[in-house]
Amino acid sequence: MELVSQHAKKIMEGCKERARDMGLSFQDESLEYIVTNRDFLQLSPKNMIPTLYDYWVQDVEVLKEQGQYELYPNNPYETVINTRPPISYYNDNNPDWLNVMIFYHVIGHIDFFQNNLYFRHTWDYDFAGKALADKRLLAKLRSEKGRWVDYIIEFSRAIDNLVGYFDLLASFTTEKKKLSRLDYYFDVFLQQKQDRTIAGYVAEIERYNKFTRDFPKEGEKRFLETVQLKHAEFTSLYSKAVRERAKGNRLDILQFLMEHSPFLNREENKWMLMVIEVIRSTSLYFQPQIRTKILNEGWASYWHENLFLNDDRISGHEVDFAVINAKVTSMPRVGLNPYALGMRLFYYLESQAENGKISYDYQRIADQEARRHYRAASGTGSGSGRDFIFFVRENFCDSMFINTFIDQEFVDLHRLFVTDKRLNKERMTWEYYVKSKKAKHYKQMIADSLYHPPAVTVTVDDDNALILNHLFEGKPLYRDYIEGTLLGLEFLWGAKVSLYTHEAELKKREPPQPPRAEGLEGKITWKRMRYTMKNRKMSRVVID
Amino acid sequence: MKTKLQTLYHSLKEQGLTPEQDRKIRYELDLLELDGDHRYIPEPAVRDIYSYRDMEMLHDASPPKLMALTTVQSLDYLLEKDKQREKDGFPRKIRVGKMVKPSLTGDDKVVIVPTTVEEKLLHDRVRFNEEGEGEGEGQGAEEGGSGEGEEGEVIGEQPVRPEQGGQGGAGQGEGGGHDVESNAYDLGRILTEQFELPNLKDKGKKKSLTKYTYDLTDKNRGFGQILDKKSTLRRIIQTNIALGRVQARGTIDSKKLLIAPRDRVYRILSKEKDYESQAVVFFVRDYSGSMGGKPTELVVNQHVLIYSWLIYQYKNQVETRFVLHDTEAKEVKNFQTYYNSTVAGGTQVASAYSLVNKIVEDESLERDNNIYVFHGTDGDDWDSKGDKALPQLEKMLTYASRVGITIAENGYGISGQTEVERYIRKSGLLEEKKNLLRLDVIAPDTNETRLIKGIRELIS
Repeated sequence: MELVSQHAKKIMEGCKERARDMGLSFQDESLEYIVTNRDFLQLSPKNMIPTLYDYWVQDVEVLKEQGQYELYPNNPYETVINTRPPISYYNDNNPDWLNVMIFYHVIGHIDFFQNNLYFRHTWDYDFAGKALADKRLLAKLRSEKGRWVDYIIEFSRAIDNLVGYFDLLASFTTEKKKLSRLDYYFDVFLQQKQDRTIAGYVAEIERYNKFTRDFPKEGEKRFLETVQLKHAEFTSLYSKAVRERAKGNRLDILQFLMEHSPFLNREENKWMLMVIEVIRSTSLYFQPQIRTKILNEGWASYWHENLFLNDDRISGHEVDFAVINAKVTSMPRVGLNPYALGMRLFYYLESQAENGKISYDYQRIADQEARRHYRAASGTGSGSGRDFIFFVRENFCDSMFINTFIDQEFVDLHRLFVTDKRLNKERMTWEYYVKSKKAKHYKQMIADSLYHPPAVTVTVDDDNALILNHLFEGKPLYRDYIEGTLLGLEFLWGAKVSLYTHEAELKKREPPQPPRAEGLEGKITWKRMRYTMKNRKMSRVVID
Repeated sequence: MKTKLQTLYHSLKEQGLTPEQDRKIRYELDLLELDGDHRYIPEPAVRDIYSYRDMEMLHDASPPKLMALTTVQSLDYLLEKDKQREKDGFPRKIRVGKMVKPSLTGDDKVVIVPTTVEEKLLHDRVRFNEEGEGEGEGQGAEEGGSGEGEEGEVIGEQPVRPEQGGQGGAGQGEGGGHDVESNAYDLGRILTEQFELPNLKDKGKKKSLTKYTYDLTDKNRGFGQILDKKSTLRRIIQTNIALGRVQARGTIDSKKLLIAPRDRVYRILSKEKDYESQAVVFFVRDYSGSMGGKPTELVVNQHVLIYSWLIYQYKNQVETRFVLHDTEAKEVKNFQTYYNSTVAGGTQVASAYSLVNKIVEDESLERDNNIYVFHGTDGDDWDSKGDKALPQLEKMLTYASRVGITIAENGYGISGQTEVERYIRKSGLLEEKKNLLRLDVIAPDTNETRLIKGIRELIS
């Protein structure tokens, strides 16, 4: 790995200036390296972070079957990494014009990393430096504890996709408001009462409203006094809730283990906590990337196209550019290209906002003709489209982006559709056919293919067993991996571990019918299962 | 061929078939119908959002396709580590996966790819894996698309049964990442050492591994069959120099030389080891219609492993023969063909057994060789009672050192109820000739560890 030549660097500095003029914002310094294929092979298992800790799995091919990415969601390794300064990688034989194009794409990513709020937690430090410290720590521990360090890494990594990323983000944005008695009464206390009914709840609200009407000055106080009279335990429960809230956010599984595991907190095992924390913080750093793939690539593609075509220094290479750009940003016949989709959405939003169409007035119009000729009444116009997409790049992630902005107009504009496979028995082929051209279905299809790790809560029962509860979202867990994961958890917890989850079962099945003449809906029932790992033996039972 | 099969089917039908058998046979016949001239609208290439990468899209080179021969750790190191895991009470994680035979010529080339998975709690889609009909990747796999086309219009097709070779076979290893090149001998060593497959115990007991020829090659002093004059003369001169009877630069009077009895060097008849091929292995595989997909893959993978193990055990002195069968059997010349041959018509196990018997007889292989026969099938047999197959099998057992039958169930029928399994169990040969005949039944979702365990069953 070596730095790019001074010549290339000079061109890139020119790119930065042009990008700034267009309103992109990013730090001044950046590092560009030439990588060989050999470098690349060593970097890719480390997500392109050269200083990431060593782990034996990086030396082995991790099984990835084609079309199984939902099973093995990998962080996309990019040509640029989100460090301070950002580091980007180039082939050594790129011509200048290609380097300019790539660098504009890179600038798009850097701008995104440094402004999108989903990356908020990575803004205050340089990950490459932190990773190096972690790597040295693990190397030192390895020299003392040997292979056990790798076991701890393995077991922690087994649950590192369940880190409390959103809890961490929340801690940046929401200020801590003190829990008021009234809020506690209505939001928590009433709803946890045994004999709660909706009617009763509404009656309580009505009673409260009556108090505020009758006693405008001290309605709330009087109301709470009646509550106190009725429920003697209210005050003590309230202060307990306040104390708990002050303690901080929910803990994710790794934090929970670090805090509560009797095994990890034994004196001789304290070093494991350091390893787990390394894994956890590394995972948190990588979380936003995979959740902003479409946005990030769309944004970078939007900018490399705009900036490149306006760069006077490389005119004459438009055709070369067009070849590569078409490869990157064309919509495939079947499949989802995040570059193409994201870029089109940004262009679409820009023009919609420019014409004042991102507004309630416009959304209300049902008449197609009127929609086509819509012009905003008030003074929207030049520049507001740009502003709007900058707002989107700052505040959105993929799922919000897709959910909010894909509408029928967009789907029609780019002739998008949902395809599916069906069995043609005559010809014995799988047919790909256009299933739907409705925006609703298209949106749903993308939503289904977005990265979405399971939500798992953690508690301890009276038996000192660790209880994991997989919150049901209409998807089962991948069964083959449960055993390995629970095995590691049992080790870290030091006692029995149970996992509750749902599994699908076919209602009826007639072998040897080829599978599924129609969709699965209505043909499956969900069963709640309990997996228990005890003394490294797993058992599986249906509970209802 | 089709008409022949049809007649066979009808004659079988007259003899009486259960509806179950009838269905299976017709299924295979149907599949046969499908082969041949068929035009497809090309199947679209489908990629997932997260499979797009900057490196590949923007830079012209696409490094991820490289074969990495740069693994930091050797395979032995990784496996040693994995063994230690087992000692520490955790299950093994390294799989010595994906064996590929890349070349048509270099016959014992196998590529070992150490692979592993990182187990996490992940969402899965609801999937019910029905064998043969696409890899569980059926409907519900919605994808995005763009361009022309009205709702309901077909925009691409993919044959349910891919032409073999492209899929599931040799193709998969290509473009994979970290490969460790190795040959079958190494794989055999790894299997023996790391996975503790047994060493051959009865080497030379039944039929010696090494055969001996007698030759006049050894030298002996004092007595023997033929006097070696040149060596004898040399010894005599040495003796006389030692005695001081021969001077440098002086003339030598041969009459005055003393001859000690032990100076006479003779050639003597002696035993010589002869490393001709010591074992002949027949790999026999059912390639009938019902074998498509998973069963074929399993059987072939297991055969690669067995082959490698034997190569190691016999120190490369193994001759392999490959036999494919449907209703008729044929010998193919190399593993490549054996591995990749396309699925064809119906199933008659007897045809293969009799071909093996014929080859052995014609070439009198049993005189000088240990003979192993490994047969992989999905357990279907049109000859459902084994009337023809069993006599052939018994004949085979008279000369073979081991016959190993692997039944890879195709999931159409009921587990443990395949014809081949039934008639072999019923025949009692498994108990009677326990040392010679082994049977291993594997389910469609078998993994490699299970395959290796199966080999232990078959060969120990």
